[in-house]
Amino acid sequence: MNIIIAGVGGQGIILASRALAEAALEAGLAVRTAETIGMAQREGAVVSHVRIGLPDYGPLIPRATADILLAFEPGEAARHLACLRKGGSAVVATSPVMPVSVSLGASAYDVDAVLRFLEGAVEHPYFLDAAALAREAGSIKALNMVMLGALSRLDLPVGEQNLLEAALKLLPPQTETVNRRAFALGRQALEGLEK
Amino acid sequence: MKMLLMGNEAIARGAVEAGIHVATSYPGTPASEVFATLARYAPELGFYAEWSVNEKVAVELAAGAAYAGGRAIVSMKQMGLNVASDAVMSLAYIGVKGGLVLVVADDPGPHSSQTEQDTRLFARFAGLPVLDPSSPAEAYTMTKYAFDLSEELGLPVILRPTTRCCHACQDVEVGSLLPPRPVPGFTRSPDWVILPSLSARKHRWLVEQEERARLLFNESPFNTATLEGRTGVITGGVSYGYVVETMDQLGVRLSLLKIGTPYPLPQEKVVEFLAHLDQVLIVEEQEPVIEEQVIRLAWRQLIPCHISGKHDNFLPRTGEFNVDIVRSALARFLGMKSTPASVPAPPELPQRAPTLCAGCPHRGSFYAFKRAARGRDVIFAGDIGCYTLGAAPPLKALDTCLCMGASLGLAQGLARTEPQRRVVAFIGDSTFFHAGLPALANIAYHRAPVTIAVLDNGTTAMTGHQPHPGLALDLAAVARAWGITCVLEADPYNLEATVRAASRALAEPGPSLVLLRRSCPQLTASDRCCTVDPSLCTGCGLCLEELGCPAMSWEKDHVTIGPNCNGCGLCAQICPAGALREVRK
Ligand code: SF4
Ligand code: SF4
Repeated sequence: MNIIIAGVGGQGIILASRALAEAALEAGLAVRTAETIGMAQREGAVVSHVRIGLPDYGPLIPRATADILLAFEPGEAARHLACLRKGGSAVVATSPVMPVSVSLGASAYDVDAVLRFLEGAVEHPYFLDAAALAREAGSIKALNMVMLGALSRLDLPVGEQNLLEAALKLLPPQTETVNRRAFALGRQALEGLEK
Repeated sequence: MKMLLMGNEAIARGAVEAGIHVATSYPGTPASEVFATLARYAPELGFYAEWSVNEKVAVELAAGAAYAGGRAIVSMKQMGLNVASDAVMSLAYIGVKGGLVLVVADDPGPHSSQTEQDTRLFARFAGLPVLDPSSPAEAYTMTKYAFDLSEELGLPVILRPTTRCCHACQDVEVGSLLPPRPVPGFTRSPDWVILPSLSARKHRWLVEQEERARLLFNESPFNTATLEGRTGVITGGVSYGYVVETMDQLGVRLSLLKIGTPYPLPQEKVVEFLAHLDQVLIVEEQEPVIEEQVIRLAWRQLIPCHISGKHDNFLPRTGEFNVDIVRSALARFLGMKSTPASVPAPPELPQRAPTLCAGCPHRGSFYAFKRAARGRDVIFAGDIGCYTLGAAPPLKALDTCLCMGASLGLAQGLARTEPQRRVVAFIGDSTFFHAGLPALANIAYHRAPVTIAVLDNGTTAMTGHQPHPGLALDLAAVARAWGITCVLEADPYNLEATVRAASRALAEPGPSLVLLRRSCPQLTASDRCCTVDPSLCTGCGLCLEELGCPAMSWEKDHVTIGPNCNGCGLCAQICPAGALREVRK
């Protein structure tokens, strides 16, 4: 299984891919990830690749082979859509992160147009206002937990509890309550979307 | 036991299982986590570990340990090897007693580097054996082996992972940790003292060692061949995984030789492999290191196998590979059609380049210097670190950036050639100690008319916040002791005071230095933030357009501040309408 996690530096993408990878390891599955570490972490576009059960392949997911695109930001979802296979699912956080280039008028960002595009281009799109849910859980920093919670609703080779526990182990213990709540809210949000 | 390890962590794990005595490094992406992991093991296992001032010192220190028979590991990024090269080139002649492994991480792309240089070429240049891991698990095994190899050959060994190995995680089967053994100790011998007569003898020895290494590599489990017919692929490093996946995608089975020891090339293995083939494609990222050796070998041995790769443009010498690139090359090589899956084109997406964080003190430093330089012709020379991002709009505060420490050297050259223009060299505190100190001596000694602006955020931020000597050593005192009379200090969160210091420093006829001190907010969480009073904000956009802080954006006709604000207060200090206010979070 191939999962692409895309977003903006500082949103907690690396933690999300690590949690997924640790949960896969726990389940006895071969796992590979590739992460964006370095300059791009300063508000740049970042992406993690997670490959489960493909022991001989490199860590980068080729074009049109990802089963799931987990996007923390709508523009970044669109940027990485080429990775998603036909029939794949995309879980997309709808609130945008405005890059400085947009505030300065140097580049355009029509968020509604991007969301409409995703709606039309993805076979199984799931949209959720993850930022609002994170705030509801108690901290905007729990955005990645909301997204993992939402992800856990899809058909994964790792169980919901394993994923949650793996993530909590990587996070400071004093944030556990907020993180559990965020995970649950993300999961519920997707339940609400399924028909 | 299986662990999820990042490639860099796997390398560190391999090293501690090999029983190291000393670990040194200077931070650099994509290598930094090798040492960061080692530092965590050090207290438990009792080996010595330090972030050194730069890569040259790191290599020399580790070489000293290896002279005494200890096992040592040094990790750095590819350009760090340039800094250490003086030591490494000579060390290849002198050799080592204890195992010495140089981990040099390459960054094809490049993602976080100034160059895409290929360390395998450097290994050939230095005459040192190099191992090229294809995955974190292999990096772990290779690291352990590298210490034995180093001791067997009496030479430092280079392990060259690339970004997609360093920053990839994998389930890795690990062994048990080994505390360092007692060291045999340093024994005096003329063989440790490099002199031309010794060099002449040791150069012959080094060439002989290349042949010894080659024989060992012919038998190495890191070089594996599978035969599937008369068309084949030779590959190495992370490209191996791309080739395997490409063959699955195209539904072909080809003969495959995976090379884990690109230099010296395991010739017997290659000759044996080529003998089964009519044609072969060589798939390796970066320079044609394997390819050129294979072509030479085939020519010498009159092997009638057609060899393709970079020389006939099947694959590029630049940039990073992935399955899609390898797939189109292999398909073309096989005369197959490979149409990339079509995907709908998205609407215009915003550029999202890396940016100085909200509340980064460098923003204030650059802004203040730009103000102080208004109406004057001042050149801003930059350097390597987070602050390189100051070159981006709207600050556009850097006119040059070259390599570690170069701001000081370039500034002197510019000032000597155009004395009527003032030049400021912006350099971070860690970079200053890494490569700026000799340049400072040069400025002080030659009384160069330049201003040095040290961006002192108390850390090596860009590479993940490592410590450096500036945390304990006072560089302003050094500048004063060396006769620079204009040495000022300012807090970049205080705009007025920083502009004042900058103006004074720029007005100085001789050398001047401003220490811009404020710790990186990623290290010290702030309890303050700024808020906008929408009734006062006139929507002039000055704050946004001058500072480009990522916490600020437009909300209809006024500016709004997001939760990532660190409360540096810079925007409040420039707002002409008094609409911005600092408050407790
Ligand atoms: S105080 Fe202003 S400039 Fe500083 S981080 Fe907050 S929004 Fe950005
Ligand atoms: S990490 Fe620190 S030094 Fe680097 S851009 Fe962010 S605030 Fe500035």
